[in-house]
Amino acid sequence: MPKCPECDADVTVGVDAVKGEIVACPDCGAELEVTETSPLALALAPEAEEDWGE
Amino acid sequence: MSSAPTVGILLSRVRVEEKLLLEELDRRSVPTKVIDDRELVLEAERKPDLGVDIVVERCIQHSRALYALNVLNTWGIPTVNTFEVADICGNKLLTTMRLIRDGVPTPRTRLAFTPEAATTAIEELGYPAVLKPLVGSWGRLISKVNDRDAAESILEHKDVLGTYMHSIYYVQEYVPKPGRDIRAFVVGDETIGAIYRSSDHWITNTARGGKAARCPVTPELNDLCVRAARAVGGGVVAIDVLEGPEGPLVNEVNYTMEFRNSIDTTGVNIPGKVVDFVLETARKAKQDQE
Ligand SMILES: Nc1ncnc2c1ncn2[C@@H]1O[C@H](COP(=O)(O)OP(=O)(O)O)[C@@H](O)[C@H]1O
Ligand SMILES: [Mg+2]
Ligand SMILES: [Zn+2]
Repeated sequence: MPKCPECDADVTVGVDAVKGEIVACPDCGAELEVTETSPLALALAPEAEEDWGE
Repeated sequence: MSSAPTVGILLSRVRVEEKLLLEELDRRSVPTKVIDDRELVLEAERKPDLGVDIVVERCIQHSRALYALNVLNTWGIPTVNTFEVADICGNKLLTTMRLIRDGVPTPRTRLAFTPEAATTAIEELGYPAVLKPLVGSWGRLISKVNDRDAAESILEHKDVLGTYMHSIYYVQEYVPKPGRDIRAFVVGDETIGAIYRSSDHWITNTARGGKAARCPVTPELNDLCVRAARAVGGGVVAIDVLEGPEGPLVNEVNYTMEFRNSIDTTGVNIPGKVVDFVLETARKAKQDQE
């Protein structure tokens, strides 16, 4: 099962998921983009803003 | 502790770090309140009634952190970190000047306001030189300028395509580091742990694929990092150190530190140390008020 890159939670993605689809993480609510379907891979959806990060 | 303070965590999302902090607070039965920065309305002219004794700032966005902390601190609400620390650390030039003020070794740096002056600054420092945006992170938009052609091209791009802030040119000597840098975690008066970040790329951020390995905290490293932390105002900060040919140099200080890859590597319970510090800060603040 793919993990949320933001919070490490297990994310269930429907079998009919398509590349580029946006799903929400059930734990942290992050918007995730399905970047690969076989095997399933997820990445954070929004473009990072200029002042993001530590 | 007889009456545990209520700890607010100001955040944008519950990332791994925030989850670990919340778990640590929960383990100690500390009452906590999650404050979502997307829903927050801060009244400027009244003390914000958040129902917490202290706020731990964990926003992803620097601007949100900065302005929220300003309102909270102005109204006397203790925060980790403080507005001052966020203000200084969020800006590479302000950080550099604090390090220089306090005699903490840091790479040679030049400030310029036009592409022409920036070219002069780069040539004074010699190639390769490094250009960085004043505000930014995760190694983004940082350039290693290898020759004059590259300098002219990068400066023209920044001038034409960048926002105004990209025309404040922060130029630094390139430090020929040994394929890695050091990320050290300071909590209060102690460097609690450190990692090496190694990469084939000259930018070694773990957000960019740098690999973490344990780095021993020698008395020298501890001293350097604690001095850097104090220079920016102190608290819970992560220090980037470059190993130069003449000794270690403090590159920058991060105030909303990311530590998910460093707990196993250092063997240090980083969230535990952070929570210790937060509770201690809350206790002291309460004492001062009484
Ligand atoms: N002057 C420099 N010389 C050599 N390497 C540098 C220099 N400045 C930055 N780097 C490399 O680039 C990385 C990112 O730079 P840094 O100043 O920490 O910006 P950021 O805020 O994006 O992390 C550093 O961790 C280091 O590996
Ligand atoms: Mg850095
Ligand atoms: Zn998540």
